[in-house]
Amino acid sequence: MHMADALFSPAVGATFWAASAVTLVAASRRLQSDQREDLVPLMGVLAAFVFTAQMINFTIPGTGSSGHIGGGLLLSILLGPHAAFIAIASVLTVQALFFADGGLLALGANMFNMGVCTCFVAYPLIYRPLMRHAGAKPSRQRVAWITTLATVLGLQLGALGVVVQTQLSGISSLPLGGFLLLMQPIHLAIGLVEGVATAALIVFVREARPDLFARDALPAQAAPQVRVPARWLAGFAALAVLTGGVMSWFASSHPDGLEWSIARVTGQANVADGGSRVHALLASLQAETALLPDYALPSASEPSRSEPEQPAWPTVEAGTSLAGIVGGVVTFALVLLVGLVVRRRQRLTLHVQP
Amino acid sequence: MCNRDAALREIASLQDAAARDTPLGRLDPRAKILTVLGFAVVVVSFDRYAVTALLPLALFPLGLAAAGCIPLGVILRKVLIASPFALMVGLFNPWFDTQSVALAGGLHIGAGWLSLASIVIRFVLTVSATLLLVAGTGVVPLCHGLRALGVPPALTQQLLLLQRYTLVLTGEATRMQLAHALRGGALRGLPLAQWASLLGHLLLRALQRAQRVHQAMLSRGFAGALPVANSYGWHSCDTLFLLGCSAFFVLVRGVHLPQALGAVLLRVAA
Amino acid sequence: MSAPVLEVCALAFAYPDGQQALFDVSFAVTAGEAVGIIGSNGAGKSTLLLHLNGVHQAAQGHVVVNGQVVSRGNVQQVRRSVGMVFQDPDDQLFMPTVADDVAFGPSNMGLSTSEVASRVAQALDAVGAAHLAQRAPYRLSGGEKRAVALAGVLAMRPDVLVLDEPSAALDPLARRRLIHWLRELPHTRLIASHDLDLVQDVCSRVLVLREGRLVADGTPAAIFADAALLQRCHLEPPLRQQAKP
Repeated sequence: MHMADALFSPAVGATFWAASAVTLVAASRRLQSDQREDLVPLMGVLAAFVFTAQMINFTIPGTGSSGHIGGGLLLSILLGPHAAFIAIASVLTVQALFFADGGLLALGANMFNMGVCTCFVAYPLIYRPLMRHAGAKPSRQRVAWITTLATVLGLQLGALGVVVQTQLSGISSLPLGGFLLLMQPIHLAIGLVEGVATAALIVFVREARPDLFARDALPAQAAPQVRVPARWLAGFAALAVLTGGVMSWFASSHPDGLEWSIARVTGQANVADGGSRVHALLASLQAETALLPDYALPSASEPSRSEPEQPAWPTVEAGTSLAGIVGGVVTFALVLLVGLVVRRRQRLTLHVQP
Repeated sequence: MCNRDAALREIASLQDAAARDTPLGRLDPRAKILTVLGFAVVVVSFDRYAVTALLPLALFPLGLAAAGCIPLGVILRKVLIASPFALMVGLFNPWFDTQSVALAGGLHIGAGWLSLASIVIRFVLTVSATLLLVAGTGVVPLCHGLRALGVPPALTQQLLLLQRYTLVLTGEATRMQLAHALRGGALRGLPLAQWASLLGHLLLRALQRAQRVHQAMLSRGFAGALPVANSYGWHSCDTLFLLGCSAFFVLVRGVHLPQALGAVLLRVAA
Repeated sequence: MSAPVLEVCALAFAYPDGQQALFDVSFAVTAGEAVGIIGSNGAGKSTLLLHLNGVHQAAQGHVVVNGQVVSRGNVQQVRRSVGMVFQDPDDQLFMPTVADDVAFGPSNMGLSTSEVASRVAQALDAVGAAHLAQRAPYRLSGGEKRAVALAGVLAMRPDVLVLDEPSAALDPLARRRLIHWLRELPHTRLIASHDLDLVQDVCSRVLVLREGRLVADGTPAAIFADAALLQRCHLEPPLRQQAKP
């Protein structure tokens, strides 16, 4: 569920970048006072492990598809949430830079969706308290369901983040309700699968190296401990799972069920009333805070238009007049010509196979 | 497995591209990072229906490719295989945004198609610019540039270590998978129990390696932070590059160049 | 007899899981000596070596380097005197380029940028790797990695060089080059190795470890002639000796 630049508006991108940047700075400050001496190489090698692990798929029985782990929860368990967040941030950065999996502008939002939601919500609020409650030697089944629950929650929150960011940016016309119905159930399924896989890995490693998991059994020293009763947490988690929407079929041959889900949907244009109510709420919120002065949220009832108030900015009509079309075609041709010239010159001067 | 090896070869090839001495490579990495970031901001600041107005911005990635001697084909191929999430979300736009927009000559088009086209163009522009930034700079100078711009050293150190040890670990993983496959196991898509065992062993080995790396670091005087390497000097060409590109971006953002060009051509033709 | 540059006194060590790795190991090494440490796998060679620069702290007994007892307080100083080359160069070459990696040690010593640069150049020259300075580690061959790892330690100008399996995974030419360097270096050298021919070529003294204990200390000729000792320690004579009828 990597977000791309193309769906962002500058304001939303900047906001989530700010949030992630603040978290990064805070996490790196916390690391400086961390007692663990071996954290620097450990973070690097474990981040490389997660990166590698994401390229090795397991089959999901009963479907013809495969999946892989995200790694956020695993890193949080082995490194603690602050170091894990930085490690996840580094993996996301490499993915954005080398594999164009998520854009530069979207990197902040991706760090938020996939880093903050697992390391600072799912791990400390679900996994850690439940594991402490489970005692020194929890059974495999217990570890499995706690891990799965935490993974599901992390993914649900991350998917929710994607939906919110897309909606606030206003580049996509997908209505809120429809998008939620698309994203949440798919990521529920992905979360279940990923959670089971992560649990399998944790159980394996726990048996070989129980010392690595001792920190979860101990009370937190420096940070104020979040004392939340397990029952409340389980209820909260169940609510999160239910709000994810209807149980859907198992995802996907795709590691990223997002593409799968979108490809499969044949366009549920039925934007429920619930959708427009949330819209109205968001719209009024936006009007009051003037968060996005240049953009209006798309609403289902009226056709949406970008703000035509400032005559200086191009409107829809400007690009679609005859001059605009002629100019557009000519510009496109010019750009293509420049590209061909560059390519020809490169072919002549370099002996590199594209 | 083939995808992974191909992916790693791509990383290596991007590194090699960056190692060449080119006009782009000689620029300070900070200038390049800031310019590409500014480019991305300008691209996404257009309104959702901007299509032709975005086109002149394509000259920037083309310019980067030319200045960095980076094969366009490589970049375009990577753009094509990049994660299509944005495009798939964009595909819903014509469905949900059915407002009709008048084109010249009495034709009409759904506004959703315009916004979809805009998303596609934004996607190509931002993805290619990012790839060109990396190919024209290299990971190491990029990390130095990021640190100089204020990114916490904890993160930039991790980027370098991650890059270093990914190649080591994927080598181990490949060998383990191959050994497994040669004994009749699956090559891709392992059953969960075998997957957990394979990755579990890989994780244990990674942890042992991390401990050895730590011992090696300690043995050479490591005291908590990796040393800061030499910084790059900011020169006038960097200022020129940054300001020149920024001016171009502002111009394209403020003036609908294709429209103006079209108007001129029509007047000439009339 | 000059004062020993390195002394190990009644050293004992157990791992956190309780497994005892070293029992009452004692020996002394004088300046300029080349000492080989041999033993079967699990005999405790690597564990012993990690005590010499303070990575492992002695549970019992102590290690003395240049007259100072190694403790947590003076490890940084000890690590300038005792340079260690690890078995797997990939564990040791963790910086992005060769030059960065060789500079790691001198940088941590607080030297100026120009001094660091000059040391890097000298060290790379000494091992014949000057042309590799801007190369990334993953692009190096096994022998090149080994050379760069050695350069990284030489750049710190230690008094004592400790090497763990230096000839492992080297091709014959690289191995021969390594033996040549090790013979020519003026430093005090401790070399833990399964490559008994290398030990015979380079070292003037051999220590034999068995199950965490030091069971023999003598010249290579004496040690490798003692068939019973070698057999007890699950070792064999060097290959060149085995070829003789």
